[in-house]
This record gives sequence, C-alpha cells and structure tokens, in this order.
Amino acid sequence: MSLASRSKVIQAYKNLLHLGKNYPKGYDFFRQRLKSAFMKNKDVTDPAQIEQLLCKAEFVSKELEALYMLRKYRTLKKRYYEDAPPKSST
Amino acid sequence: MRILVGVKRVIDYAVKVRVRPDKKGVVTDGVKHSMNPFDEIAVEEAIRLKEKKIAKEVVALSIGPTQAQETLRTALAMGADSAIHVEVPAGELERVQPLHVSRIISKLATEGKFDLVMVGKQAIDDDCNQTAQMTAAMLDWPQATFASKVEKDGDYLKVTREIDGGLETIKVGVPAVISADLRLNEPRYATLPNIMKAKKKPIKKMKASELGVDLTPTIEVISVEDPPVRAAGIKVDDVDTLIAKLKEAGRV
Repeated sequence: MSLASRSKVIQAYKNLLHLGKNYPKGYDFFRQRLKSAFMKNKDVTDPAQIEQLLCKAEFVSKELEALYMLRKYRTLKKRYYEDAPPKSST
Repeated sequence: MRILVGVKRVIDYAVKVRVRPDKKGVVTDGVKHSMNPFDEIAVEEAIRLKEKKIAKEVVALSIGPTQAQETLRTALAMGADSAIHVEVPAGELERVQPLHVSRIISKLATEGKFDLVMVGKQAIDDDCNQTAQMTAAMLDWPQATFASKVEKDGDYLKVTREIDGGLETIKVGVPAVISADLRLNEPRYATLPNIMKAKKKPIKKMKASELGVDLTPTIEVISVEDPPVRAAGIKVDDVDTLIAKLKEAGRV
C-alpha cells in the first residue's frame, strides 16, 4: 500500500471510531465490527480497490451521521411534540 | 452582523436520567453529556447565516464547569469562529438559573456589540424555555421565539414561528433575540477533522463575577420526582370480556 492511501485508510478508521462513540448498540459493539470490517480487507493491494473501499468507508460515515441525526430528531419530536397529529405512515 | 449563540451542556438525550436520592436534582456524575439539541439547531442556523454572508462572525457562549469547553469545541467544530466560556464551578452549577444566564448573555451581547443572539428554545434538562425571552427583555430587543425559518428581508429578519396549530411570520429589526425550534434546520455533525481544527480556535474564559452578575438563586428546587410509572395492562380472553372490562372502566 502506498504511503498516501495508508494515511487515508487510517484517517477513515479514526473517523469511523469517533462516530462509533455514539452508536446506539454501544462503542464496543461498533469497534469490534469496525475492526473486523477493516481487517477483512487488510491484504488488498490494488489501488483502485483501495479507493473503492475508502469510498465505502465515507459512505458508511455519512450513513451514521444521518442515523444519529434522525434518531435525535425523532426522540425530541416524540418527547416534546406528542400532540402533533400522528402520521399515517407510522 | 455578529451573532452570539448560547449553548448549554446537558445530559445526553439518549441517556436514561435518574433522580438523585435526596430528590433535589438528577444524577450527573459519570453520565454522558452533550450539547443541548435545540442549541445545536441554533448554532447550525447561525453558521448558515454566516455561510449566506448575512452574518460576519459567530461566537459561541457556554456557562458551566470546565467540561462546558467540550461543548464549545463542538460548536467551534460545527463552524463557530470563537467561543466564550463563563466558568461556573461544578458544585455551583445548580445555582445558575435562566435569569442569571440571560443576565450574562445580555451583558456579553452589549459589551461585544452583537447584533443577534441565538439560543435553543429550551434545554432538554430543565425545560425552562425562559432564557431567550428574558434576554430580549433585559436588552430591550425584539424577540422571535420558536423560529422554524429565518430569512433576511432588507434591514429586517423575517422569522417564521411555530405557534399552536400553525405558523406565524414576523419581521424583526436587528438587534434581536431568536430562539430555535426543532424544525428550523438539521444540524451538521461535528466531524473528527473539524474537532481537531477547532482546537486551534480561541476560547475566552471569564467568570460571572467579572461580568457583575450575581449567581444567587431566585428559585428553590423543592423536589424532583420520577414520572409516574405506566401501570401494567391485562390480557382478555375474548371480545365479551373486553367489552365488559371497557364498560367497567367507563369507556363505552
């Protein structure tokens, strides 16, 4: 692995670890999964494939951010706006 | 335009809050804290106003113990330019009430020549919903509470407010006080690289006494109780029993 992509991968890992601190099922659960997900691809050497995996890491972090935001929004809505008319889709 | 945005460090929204045995408050030791979600919305709106070039500078303010700096770092990571930390020792934190907070904010807003004060409509720990209103009164500025939309309209701000059963649109002149409601925006996440960068941004430390604000409480907490536990339901065997039970309960 080239030096540049190595630091990118470490950055992605650190970033995901940081996001995992708020994971609903707990940090430990998240960290174990994250580690195994990264370790699974430890032998990948093809730069194109590394890039693709980095994109996946980016995608997962965006998903996590969205998950946290929605979770917070829903909790607050439930807690403070219970008089609001119930949505039919729930 | 310079914006002062107030952020409070509260027990995280996802934590199950426990009442302290002495019934004068809740357990805060060793409990995860984070920025009050409504304040997050206020910070986000201030930053968006800056991104739209309506505002020049966003300053975050927090009143609390040393750990309140972490909350300020979050605000800085989201995009605030600098921060002010009014330090209150952890033991005295319960003495600080919305009245004192609004005194501190109004003092800082005048001294710092701010044009807009933004806060969350309420904190999720005490649910007071008083700070914005009292700050506006002390500064003698117009207020736009429960904002769900903020737009610039010439020299004024057009604010859509959430009111019972609908929306109200008002025009306020600056300087003004705005309190953010839940639907104002979707706050961005403070990412790790931004948190790192935020460590370089300045945090100014002060004491309430330096601002001439006396933190003597004006409200005494008599007792804090858990909400009533929901009573267990029962299972019925058939429809007849259900109807009988409903009749018994006076529902049909």
